[in-house]
Amino acid sequence: MRDVAVIGVGMNRWGELWKKSLRAIWTEAALEAVDDAGVDHVDAMYVGCMSSGLFVGQEHLGALLADQLSMGPIPGTRVESACASGGLAFRQAWMDVASGLHDIVLATGVEKMTDVDGGAATDALATAADQEYESYHGVTFPGLYGMMAHAHMHEHGTTRRQLSAVAVKNHRHGTLNPLAQFPMEVTAEQVEESVLVADPLRILDCSPITDGAAAVVLVPLEQASSLTKHPPVRIAASAHATDSLALHERDDLAWLGSTERAASEAYAQAGITPENLSFCEVHDCFTIAEIMVIEALGIAPRGCGGSGAESGVTALGGKVPVNPSGGLKSKGHPVGATGIAQVREAVLQLRGQAGDRQVRDARWGLTQNMGGTGASTVVHIFERP
Amino acid sequence: MIGSARNWRETPQRYRYEAARCTGCGHVHFPPRTVCRKCRGREFEKTTLAREGTLETYTVIRVAPSGFTDQAPYAVGIVALPGGVKVTAQIVDGNPEELAIGDRVKLEFRRVRQDGAAGILCYGYKFVPVRGG
Amino acid sequence: MEVGIAGYGAYVPRHRIKVEEIAKVWGTDAPSYKRGLRLQEKSVPSPDQDTITMSVEAARHALARSGTDPGRLGAVYVGSESHPYAVKPSGTVVAEAVGATPEVHCADFEFACKAGTEGMFVGLSLVRSGDVESALAIGADTSQGAPGDALEYSASAGAAAFVMARENLVAVCEHTHAYMTDTPDFWRREYQHYPRHAGRFTGEPAYFNHVLSCARGLMEKSGTTPDDFRWAVFHQPNGKFPLRAAKELGFPREKVDQGLLCPMIGNTYSGSSPMGLTAVLDVAAPGDRILMVSYGSGAGSDGFIWRVEERIREVQDLAPKTRDQIEDHPLYLDYGTYAKFRGKILRAAE
Repeated sequence: MRDVAVIGVGMNRWGELWKKSLRAIWTEAALEAVDDAGVDHVDAMYVGCMSSGLFVGQEHLGALLADQLSMGPIPGTRVESACASGGLAFRQAWMDVASGLHDIVLATGVEKMTDVDGGAATDALATAADQEYESYHGVTFPGLYGMMAHAHMHEHGTTRRQLSAVAVKNHRHGTLNPLAQFPMEVTAEQVEESVLVADPLRILDCSPITDGAAAVVLVPLEQASSLTKHPPVRIAASAHATDSLALHERDDLAWLGSTERAASEAYAQAGITPENLSFCEVHDCFTIAEIMVIEALGIAPRGCGGSGAESGVTALGGKVPVNPSGGLKSKGHPVGATGIAQVREAVLQLRGQAGDRQVRDARWGLTQNMGGTGASTVVHIFERP
Repeated sequence: MIGSARNWRETPQRYRYEAARCTGCGHVHFPPRTVCRKCRGREFEKTTLAREGTLETYTVIRVAPSGFTDQAPYAVGIVALPGGVKVTAQIVDGNPEELAIGDRVKLEFRRVRQDGAAGILCYGYKFVPVRGG
Repeated sequence: MEVGIAGYGAYVPRHRIKVEEIAKVWGTDAPSYKRGLRLQEKSVPSPDQDTITMSVEAARHALARSGTDPGRLGAVYVGSESHPYAVKPSGTVVAEAVGATPEVHCADFEFACKAGTEGMFVGLSLVRSGDVESALAIGADTSQGAPGDALEYSASAGAAAFVMARENLVAVCEHTHAYMTDTPDFWRREYQHYPRHAGRFTGEPAYFNHVLSCARGLMEKSGTTPDDFRWAVFHQPNGKFPLRAAKELGFPREKVDQGLLCPMIGNTYSGSSPMGLTAVLDVAAPGDRILMVSYGSGAGSDGFIWRVEERIREVQDLAPKTRDQIEDHPLYLDYGTYAKFRGKILRAAE
């Protein structure tokens, strides 16, 4: 397997993009990544998208978007793993280049969620859970994470204030991200007084409904410097693990086993430990998710994830900043695009191009992208060579 | 929309709580599946779930999915039943805000959903609190 | 050959609404309603409950008491005037849920409040004839009272189920009798949401004519008098009619009280006298005789004489008792929530 580098990134401003269709949103981000990479063609492309069928009635995205790119009849592959679709699309692209199959590969993600009403969006998102034995009974995604939150609070004493601290931190980071959907600060009081969605989670504990796309270009590391003007960023590890789809099948309802497994494999591949991480971009679909993820990544001891944001350890300027981009919470969560946007943030940080949210001396970055209640997790580790 | 075939196929589980015990390692699967997730065995014997269990965790759904809007707010929980099985279902007949992890609950036959005003009725299981002695 | 009940059980929904709560909305005088009809409150089914769900739970209780293998049930009958489907039986869902399918007869019965007891009679007869080994007969309703109508105070929900067999009996059916005429006292036309009734005509020519005639016919054919009975159960559209019927027949009050559930849970329609019977069986002793007369508008009465057997003592505790269920942490509703539960007010269509 060859070493692979990311040499181009692209992303549009995320939000409710009423005037733009899915194909327009995607093409904007894809072309920006190709331009940023300094290449004039790609050999293959991958697109992560959870549910274009339910949201806009469109499947067959691999072909549609390859066509929109107008770079020839290249192989286009749609990848789906619920909210980890983007991260998994990136992994497929990595495998494509690492194996020697292709040299210049575009990894993208897109989701267009606002053409349907809130109820239909909730129903589409619920297809990431067990249709017959979870969603059938009327439990929503906030509901599943609400149950995980109650379990975590009961088992480990995690507090309401600790959940709020995650939202406060990520929104503060988001004010420094010009592409974020909600780049405004929130206070813990605002979070705790916002409307209840699924106890104990309130609306400000939840990532939003968003339209958006992101794209990155991968090439063999040895070709990178001849193609790009930016410092190339090496993919040091790629890992993917699954777990039972239904939350109730897990042994510990307050633990993310697939994240633990994927992270452990990734650290081994990269030859590092959590202590080496300069920052990470994780899947904060709900505030409780970030708390549980940093435990599974080994950044916080098991049961102690609640103190991460509360203590400042995971804030910009802290020991290991988590979600310097603003995370899903502030940046937005167009489902299939999230995993790719995480990669883009990691690349910008390691290039030294993150502007006001730059992590100092960034050397190693980790991205963690998760589907459902943790039924799939994709972890990548990046290095500034 | 659930539709006739999908709902009918699940009646052994929804109506009678039929599960499958792996003859290799004894793990009980609800619903039954083709391969045992513990030991990869493929031989199972039929069993049914116990009716009473303990609330492992719960939430109160306030923003409901389509078809459940009129029921909100309602509690959904994960219940641990004897035999090692955990089940997700609504917890009804009580104030959702008075639930606590560790509560004793039991299965009851209820109408879980319906396909609008003219479609089929989908019956299944919910949990109710066990009260008193 | 003796046939009768091998197992019995009832199901009472947990929600309630008090007479005062309904009266305050419609401006009626609650105390006089409560006195006049001997009603305090009624049971209310939650939106996820219906005739089928209550029938399944009652049937489970009955099967727990009878110990019958559900696969050997030869017939499953559900009698109701609020079947969830107009076409597609309630009985098939119940039979499937209790494990009686596939080699079993099934159909739904309808005869206003005596649909359940007709099913009981037919179940007993099939066992007596030898056509089936055992039969499950259920009376259940989630009846609707028109808003502001007198019947709104009493129309409630509940179910009772009986396993009829010729072995392991807890009560033998000694005699049955029927008294039925075409009497239009209460009805609901197709596509109408609420039933209508003929006011005071529902008394003498309807309820009392049929209940009293049936009871007298039953006692005459069996050569019995009220003294021969320890208990009496009558159909209970309110708390007053059954007491007056008892008095006119010569049954003292204490023989009727145990089976009189209406003051606490209202009129459960097809569940009414069957649930009253279950409440009596919960406390009856071997050798006790029970007179039971149902009433269904339209109109007719089914009468039964039951003789309690030794085995009753073994089964009373095997499932929740009826009065225990009535008293078990009832949940009281305000009128608005009650109206929403019963579909009297609907969210505006999107």
